[in-house]
Amino acid sequence: MRYITDRKRAVGKGPSHSGTEHHWYMQMSAVGLAFLVPTFIYIFGSALGQGHEAVLAIFGRPFPAILTGLVIFVGMRHFAKGATMMIEDYAKGTARKTAIFCVVSLSYAITAVGLFALARIAL
Amino acid sequence: MAEANRTIRPLSPHLQIYRPQMSSISSILTRITGNALIVGVVLAVWWLLAAATSPEYFATANAVATSWFGDLVFTGSLWAVWYHYLSGLRHLIWDAGHGMDLPTAEKLGWVCIIGSVVLTLITIVLV
Repeated sequence: MRYITDRKRAVGKGPSHSGTEHHWYMQMSAVGLAFLVPTFIYIFGSALGQGHEAVLAIFGRPFPAILTGLVIFVGMRHFAKGATMMIEDYAKGTARKTAIFCVVSLSYAITAVGLFALARIAL
Repeated sequence: MAEANRTIRPLSPHLQIYRPQMSSISSILTRITGNALIVGVVLAVWWLLAAATSPEYFATANAVATSWFGDLVFTGSLWAVWYHYLSGLRHLIWDAGHGMDLPTAEKLGWVCIIGSVVLTLITIVLV
């Protein structure tokens, strides 16, 4: 008999060494995005095709700016983890590490550029 | 034990061996749409950056975003986001322990495919 608590037995389990953390993040961000994305589609869809002044006016308002920022941030974290999952399924070794590094870097770069653009328009 | 198991670990399903069926196709489409959305995101964020920079830069980015190429990317992304949205909800339903039997799972697959096309058309009409 091993004198170990149930929680301690579950810590660090599985080949991921992080249990269900990755899956849990995907579920939580999916629920968040489910609320955010339909409204964002509406805002972005109505802004696309308009002139420069109108676009600046739309994303200069608090609600569209905050919503777009949230969609970019949460969406890019969701993408980084989802794309990592795909790479882990199909590549291994150095190719896997390189691809994961590129995908995570790309998603952070897009987040930074998106938030920078929003800040410049809205502030 | 971990070392001994290394070589016989199951790999991802091989596409050449699998017979196409609703369960696999709807799952693969989820992965393709989710990852392909990065193209639309890059174009949209570039367009936003251009709008924040200058009227001249915006004119350039806006010309690309509203060209036939931009229309293709954004219309494709619209369907992709709706498909990924519905199949994501399907995963949440499954993760809650419902609809795991094959007939229900196949029906949900059709809901994702047909639903995403319907939602795409509704969005194009409304927005």
